[in-house]
Amino acid sequence: MADKLHPAELRSSGLGSASDAITVKKGHAELSAEERYYLASQWQMMWRKFRRHKLAIVGGAVLLVLYLSAIFADFLAPYPKEIRFEKFAYRPPTPVHLFDEEGQFRGPFVYGTTKERNMETLEAIYTVDTSAVYPLRFFVQGEPYDVFGLFETGIRLFGVEEPGAIFLFGTDSLGRDLFSRIVHGARLSLSIGLVGVSLSFLIGVTLGGISGYFGGVVDTIIQRMIEFFMSIPTTPLWLALSAALPKDWSIVRVYFGISIILSLVGWGALARVVRGKFLELRELDYVLAARVSGVSEWSIIWVHLVPNFASYLIVHVTLSIPGMILGETALSFLGLGLRSPAVSWGVLLEKAQNIASVAIYWWTLVPALFVVITVVAFNFLGDGLRDAADPYKQ
Amino acid sequence: MSSYFFRRLAYMLVIVWLTSIASFLIIQLPAGDFVTNLATQYARSGRDIDQAKLDNLRRQFGLDRPVYVQYFHWAANVLQGDWGWSFRLRQPVVDAVGDRAGLTAAITLSTLLITYVVAIPIGIYSATHQYSIADYFAMFVGFLGMAMPGFMLALILMYGFLNAGLSVGGLFSPDYMRAEWSLDKVIDLLKHLPLPILIIGLSGTADLTRIMRATLLDELGKQYVITARAKGLYETKLIFKYPVRVALNPIISTIGFELPYIVSGGVIVEMVLNLPTTGPLLYSSLLTEDMFLASSILFFLCFLTVVGMFISDMVLVLVDPRIRFTGREA
Repeated sequence: MADKLHPAELRSSGLGSASDAITVKKGHAELSAEERYYLASQWQMMWRKFRRHKLAIVGGAVLLVLYLSAIFADFLAPYPKEIRFEKFAYRPPTPVHLFDEEGQFRGPFVYGTTKERNMETLEAIYTVDTSAVYPLRFFVQGEPYDVFGLFETGIRLFGVEEPGAIFLFGTDSLGRDLFSRIVHGARLSLSIGLVGVSLSFLIGVTLGGISGYFGGVVDTIIQRMIEFFMSIPTTPLWLALSAALPKDWSIVRVYFGISIILSLVGWGALARVVRGKFLELRELDYVLAARVSGVSEWSIIWVHLVPNFASYLIVHVTLSIPGMILGETALSFLGLGLRSPAVSWGVLLEKAQNIASVAIYWWTLVPALFVVITVVAFNFLGDGLRDAADPYKQ
Repeated sequence: MSSYFFRRLAYMLVIVWLTSIASFLIIQLPAGDFVTNLATQYARSGRDIDQAKLDNLRRQFGLDRPVYVQYFHWAANVLQGDWGWSFRLRQPVVDAVGDRAGLTAAITLSTLLITYVVAIPIGIYSATHQYSIADYFAMFVGFLGMAMPGFMLALILMYGFLNAGLSVGGLFSPDYMRAEWSLDKVIDLLKHLPLPILIIGLSGTADLTRIMRATLLDELGKQYVITARAKGLYETKLIFKYPVRVALNPIISTIGFELPYIVSGGVIVEMVLNLPTTGPLLYSSLLTEDMFLASSILFFLCFLTVVGMFISDMVLVLVDPRIRFTGREA
């Protein structure tokens, strides 16, 4: 048989060949595709199925890069997030060039700019000064920062020498580098989804589990509660709840407050999935066997039932993270979520509320691009995981 | 049928009642009330306001009574069509909201309608022309619609419109803004509606298109389709008479759940586009703790959703008798 055999054909080829394949003892390398298919563990099958979903792989890779940049934000960003370049307010992005005006190769570099002011509109006008060439340097010594509280260093991935400055995505009204702020903002924006999802996961699995496992009156009450939450439009609820957060709270408290608010809405759908699975699984013989052997209800749920549909939970969780990220962005955008000096993508977009300023300083919309990329990547990854969650289904 | 109707109606009324409590209590959550908010505003601008005057105001607004008394008072009045008093705008909530409630309902319902009208044909086309250029294009737009939050789409479109020299935002031209309702005003409104509907509806449309495409693709692979084709049935007739009807079912039965989604997405888009609807008013009233106005709008939005879900359930039962036996509660 050919190497690239489709599992569907393999399955239809019948049991006979499968048992043959297992009885013949060979080294792993010599196994045919068919044999490997039948000997694969469930997780191997899932991985195999997942690998076939190209977009999911891409999505996963993009997310890996994004999360790594969030973790190593200090290293990746050329400047600290609060530092202001007072001379460079609302400066457009500085493109990185390889060739200078004469077409001569200079390696990566940026041009300097000169600033003028339009005396009528008071708008700053930056003109590129092609005589000032600032080569891009890697692993430069920049502003010092703490590495996870362990030691202090100033090494940053790239930068240019003073008085040149590199602003890949331009600067904001106070002359802060937007690229550095986006990289730092990723920390809050990307993690709030995870925290929110963990919370709603906890609530969802617990209530869904109770609902499905015990049934009866408890089930009815919880189901009605879910329906109630599902019939309330989320944004007004989010708005009202986050307006209720005290204004004098610290960034950390607001952050967790917002996570809790976001997770309040998300748990219902998860609880339904969990309940359905519990209803299906609790009737099975092995649960009865466990109960007869005196295993406690708690361990039956967590040791025997939950692992059984863990893959569905992973899929569901992956697909609900983007909703949370969008929620945070929307709330912060409206000024009801995280607030400056906290830096998140939504906070960065708050300035873009005024369409007249967006029309002039278009680069203030760049954080939105990162939100979109993240959300698409999570959806691709979730799609792939959904296919992989049931590797036997064709 | 009638027993299901009354059961469902009773259930809806209970939910409406619960949302009214929730709407009222959530607005009470922030520390302080409108009067303390007013006091801080006075303090900030350096003006003096004495405690007796504040207490008087509080008594006048009924803010000195326990929350549950305030709630019952408000709820009883709402039932009689009096939605309370807006402290900030110094007029009854009913007047403050005015046309906004109707416009919100109009936008929500037309978005719902258009979502389905657009999503179903595209889904059918995508499924029957799988992997064609149009299919890929639809999938691409779908992913974009899913990932792009409404307010960002609004900003980007406004940016584009502004660069093209077109006016954006609002629901009326300046001439009609304050005019009485007339046929011309309605026509003017219709001209302004497409942009908000497009923005609010895109993500829902993207979602439905994907579901429609996926379910129809599942159906198209089934044997009865092959049989029908083998028997020489015309392709169009075959597709529309059998698999499409089956594939429509899951889409139509979730019609109620699209509503909270649209209302929810609408609130922010309305703010960005600065529409004369309830969203922007809710936002400003939340910030100033104008509680009766905020509670009323929150309650109105929930009411709109819950009643909409109820109506769509009823319509479904009429259209598809099978649903009666399972119902949403099953």
